[in-house]
Amino acid sequence: MNSNRKVIHSCIIYLILAIGALVMLVPFAWMILTSFKTIGESTHVPAVIFPKEFQFHNYIDVTKVLHFGNYYKNTIITSVCRTFGTLLITSMAGFSFARIKFPGKNFLFMLVLSVFMIPWQCFMIPNFILMTKIHWADTLNALIVPGMFSAYGVFLLRQVFMSLPQELEDAAIIDGCNMFGVYSRIMLPLAKSGMVALGTVTFLWSWNDLLWPLVVNHSDSKLTLAVGISNMVGQFITNYPTLMAGAVMACVPMVIVFIIFQEQFVDGIALTGMK
Amino acid sequence: MGSVNLDIGMRNAQKNKKTSIKMKKASNSFWGYLMIAPLMIGLIIFNIIPIIETAYYSFNRYKGFEPMKWIGLKNYTRLLSDPNLLLSLRNTLVFALIMVPLSLIISTVVAALLNSGLKGAKTFRTIYFLPQVTLPAAIAMAWMWLYNSDYGLINQFLSIFHIHKIAWISSSNTALFSLAVVSIWASIGYNMIIIISGLKGIPSVYYEAAKVDGANGFQSFRKITIPLLSPTLFFLLVTSLINAMEVFDLIWIMIGKNSPAINSVRSMVYTYYENAFVKYDRGYAASIAMVLFLIIMIITAIQLKLQKKWVYYE
Repeated sequence: MNSNRKVIHSCIIYLILAIGALVMLVPFAWMILTSFKTIGESTHVPAVIFPKEFQFHNYIDVTKVLHFGNYYKNTIITSVCRTFGTLLITSMAGFSFARIKFPGKNFLFMLVLSVFMIPWQCFMIPNFILMTKIHWADTLNALIVPGMFSAYGVFLLRQVFMSLPQELEDAAIIDGCNMFGVYSRIMLPLAKSGMVALGTVTFLWSWNDLLWPLVVNHSDSKLTLAVGISNMVGQFITNYPTLMAGAVMACVPMVIVFIIFQEQFVDGIALTGMK
Repeated sequence: MGSVNLDIGMRNAQKNKKTSIKMKKASNSFWGYLMIAPLMIGLIIFNIIPIIETAYYSFNRYKGFEPMKWIGLKNYTRLLSDPNLLLSLRNTLVFALIMVPLSLIISTVVAALLNSGLKGAKTFRTIYFLPQVTLPAAIAMAWMWLYNSDYGLINQFLSIFHIHKIAWISSSNTALFSLAVVSIWASIGYNMIIIISGLKGIPSVYYEAAKVDGANGFQSFRKITIPLLSPTLFFLLVTSLINAMEVFDLIWIMIGKNSPAINSVRSMVYTYYENAFVKYDRGYAASIAMVLFLIIMIITAIQLKLQKKWVYYE
């Protein structure tokens, strides 16, 4: 009897999870199916679920209007550079705050923490003016550099470095390492999980970022996927199959990366919730 | 003799040690400053100077190509009588109050179910996480299509139950709610992962003890899981509220400035964007940003105060 109840119990759980999964997947499935339909099929009532013939040319049509090659290239360059820049800068600072004693440290750390609290909108107008002044507006630099100094990253990596054992550091110093050596040779390899975590979320955020790229870059050759795709909404407002083909093309690279590096993504995200 | 020599030797060694400690300290400070230097320079250029500038702009008229002109608190008094801004504030708060609690409740339930040791939990986790790796623009488009009042899947589904067409995103009655649904849908994956890792940190002995005492699943969820998960939930509550207060992407893409429903969904950041980068009214936009900052600080401070009442630290 008890085992019967257990079976019913897990059936209910499966049912709830499956309904949830259906809700999660339907928008994606519908997007993909629509991207292969003709306009007529897509606006047919009642809905046509599967296209009679797969209209691959929707994908070609959308690349004729939108320069996906550029968008992919810009988004990849931006996200990769911003991620590596952030990792380098915040890991050095995080290490310094966690393991080196120097005068004024607490004050500087409070300063970093207070920046962490301020919404990005408060920096945006002066940054926009600055980018224009130094001729970085409408370049990839504007998308990469201002976002590299992540107070959040310093905070996260400081926690990671603080949790590492003191003995290794002492041993390295006796062997004649200076603090930079301790950081680069001993501590950095040990902080790998934290670095992967921060790298993952930085990459995701920079990939998905919309407001700042929208504000600072205008020419089509300097746009990222997020902005390029949003501009599409105005251009094809009635041609939903083409619109959906564009949306699918925008999603696919990141979804593939996610499926390959799933464990790293999940562990990374989980670590960002650590206090 | 021997002992005296030894004594001197030891004293020398101590002296050496002292100077070497001093030198080590100096060299440590040097490395300490050097290694935070890139960060500090960046923060000063891109964050600290800008926040001071934004604060300064907010007391100025700084529009288009006109030179900046000090106007005291006029931007702030204008905020109070600007119907668009009052709408934005209301919409943002309503959005946050619908979205954040619902998202956290659903995420907690999903996480608890996924953590109960079922087969296939990993597949479900992947599925629930998918929106997190999808561009917000693509999410927005997929949902616009589902919400479409003539051909959208949702209205076609509802028509089975003889529910008449609903203009989900183009009517001011439903637009904010429709946006909140998409945001909740998209946020579950992230929250769920963090809650699962919180759940994994709860020692199983507590559950075993509760079982011995005859507690059922729901009771141990309420009396063990929720209190021990409360630090995680608190973290998510603080960060999700901040994110919800800064909502922009979905509004800009799904509703847009030409929609009749825009005023029923415009958020603080949307109104900020419109003033700063469409109308080039930078002084006024700066005052909106400052108010947003203030509101986020107040909300966060209230939560830090309230956490003593419900967050349980071991």
